[in-house]
Amino acid sequence: MANSAKSGAVHAPEPPAALVREPLVLNNRPLGWITDAIAGVCEKPTPVWWWPAFIISFGGMVTMFSLIAYLVSTGVGVWGLNQPADWAWDITNFVFWIGIGHAGTLISAVLFLLRQKWRTSVNRAAEAMTIFAVVCAGIFPVFHTGRVWFALLPGYLFPAPNANAIWPQFRSPLLWDVFAVSTYGTVSLLFWYVGLIPDLATLRDRAKGWLRRALYGIFSLGWTGSNRHWSNYEKAYLLLAGLSTPLVLSVHSIVSFDFAVSVVPGWHTTIFPPYFVAGAIFSGFGMVLTLLIPLRSLFKLHDVITLRHVELMCKVLLATGSIVGYAYGMEFFIAWYGGSPYELYAFKNRAFGPYWWSYWAMISCNVISPHFFWFKKLRTSVVFVWIVSIFVNIGMWFERFVIIVTSLHRDYLPSSWGYFTPSWVDVMTFVGSFGLFMTLFLLFIRFLPVIAISEVKGVTPQADPHHPLGGAKGHH
Amino acid sequence: MSSNLSKPYGLLAEFHTAADIFEAAMRCRDAGFTKWDVYTPFPIHGMDEAMGLRKSPVGWFTFCGGFTGFFTGMTMIWYMNQFDYPLVVGGKPLFTPLFAFPVSYEMTILLSAFGTLFGMFFLNQLPRFHNPLFKNDRFKKSTDDRFFICIEAGDPRFGLEKTRAFLTEECHASVVESVED
Repeated sequence: MANSAKSGAVHAPEPPAALVREPLVLNNRPLGWITDAIAGVCEKPTPVWWWPAFIISFGGMVTMFSLIAYLVSTGVGVWGLNQPADWAWDITNFVFWIGIGHAGTLISAVLFLLRQKWRTSVNRAAEAMTIFAVVCAGIFPVFHTGRVWFALLPGYLFPAPNANAIWPQFRSPLLWDVFAVSTYGTVSLLFWYVGLIPDLATLRDRAKGWLRRALYGIFSLGWTGSNRHWSNYEKAYLLLAGLSTPLVLSVHSIVSFDFAVSVVPGWHTTIFPPYFVAGAIFSGFGMVLTLLIPLRSLFKLHDVITLRHVELMCKVLLATGSIVGYAYGMEFFIAWYGGSPYELYAFKNRAFGPYWWSYWAMISCNVISPHFFWFKKLRTSVVFVWIVSIFVNIGMWFERFVIIVTSLHRDYLPSSWGYFTPSWVDVMTFVGSFGLFMTLFLLFIRFLPVIAISEVKGVTPQADPHHPLGGAKGHH
Repeated sequence: MSSNLSKPYGLLAEFHTAADIFEAAMRCRDAGFTKWDVYTPFPIHGMDEAMGLRKSPVGWFTFCGGFTGFFTGMTMIWYMNQFDYPLVVGGKPLFTPLFAFPVSYEMTILLSAFGTLFGMFFLNQLPRFHNPLFKNDRFKKSTDDRFFICIEAGDPRFGLEKTRAFLTEECHASVVESVED
């Protein structure tokens, strides 16, 4: 400070070391290093571990589609569904997968609007995860209708009249859900693709073989990095982020309407939309960590996906996990305070009825496990974080199971109570959906840049024309 | 140089740092060029002002998409559930904007997103697979770690030697090459 007074410089004094933010890319890597490190992932020969991982995943995917063929040819009875629980694993899996997608959009859109620059290292993989999760999610509600062609034909889901000239009826939240999920899938894909265009151009310009050059060339649309293009591109990206933010909040709200708009005790709750959205973000960040922690060590991307990224995501888990825990408590409070004996019974039955084990699995995974992240030591231990992220995934699956099955299996009339047990087809279809998800994700890391190359470059000091590392020679 | 055989597309100047290209862009703007562009591996903050670009009009496409989406949603639901085949379900009204809102809202976002994407493609004239700049090998680095300015021969102030001197001496480009059309 004395120095700056002496030299008469007009810039503010350097902040104390404790306040200087850690760089987003460690070790002051130059721009070219970033290109090589990230593009290298999909240019180098296929790593040895990739093949067994792919074969197992592909096997899971084939299992799932075979079982769906079995379901379509035989009937929905091959799943364990029956009165009174005529929604069970199918809709649980749907909500589980669609929820996972939400973290991708949160990272790509909400954190972009909030100017959280750290998102650049994780947004690409998280958005890919979103799209693949939506693909998995879509399969369950479509096929739980059994004779799919009737559901998809005009008059039910598709807005066209059926054979009796009757249109779909828009008072049903199930139809809102169709529009919400299909819009979500489409907009996520557009957003992801827009983000990919400059990076596909990078891969095109580095491509050795003609096939790679042609394919990356076609999909990068002739991108040059022109600033006149960047200007429109950045505006479009900002607008897509602005559109995705209300979209992601609406999607899980509408998913929760599937339950909340009905009059089933345990479902008919006004807290559902915010509670579902928080749960979705919680589960999604769990899945992002489950995927990215192995990815960063397998591809040695520690300088780009740093410990700080892991730590920040743990903090998101802590925050959303606390909201979820609060919502569980508030549901119980309102069940008691609302004075409806049916509602109160539904909740007592959740915690102490025949499905008590699923309720306490949910509580221990979702309410207890995120609170480890109050401690920095635990947030920065990647192995520990990875294990907790698995528990978050398990807990959030159980949450949906608890909401759906425990509310349905005992309704107003004790003579029609029942107990749902999944069939082997239920189990293997769900396991197979992980195969589909991982197949898509493994293909993604093989052929597309797993980290947004141009966005990461944009947040380095080298990218800033007013920073000494960006070549600035002094003050103008 | 084969500029006698084919007409030049323009002059391509290469820079090594963000600060250099930023500086050079301001000089090109001040020199009054109109048909020129800056090529960078990532968007440089403040470059639009340095180039003197107007604000991007993509938002209008978004707005038109969203407007269309919202009213298509509302009209579709009114037409289907009240006008063409009124069907009473659960004693609820045949049409109110309330139950029509979630679907119209999703359609607003869907068509806004399409408007944004195709608006951006339209304004940027993408896809464009033929570009004279792709013939230049150095230009491949524009998606890696180099920065370029191209002043096109169609610019009224363009003169092959004059502009070359301007780019080398005043803009301090490290390399200046002519690109053929």
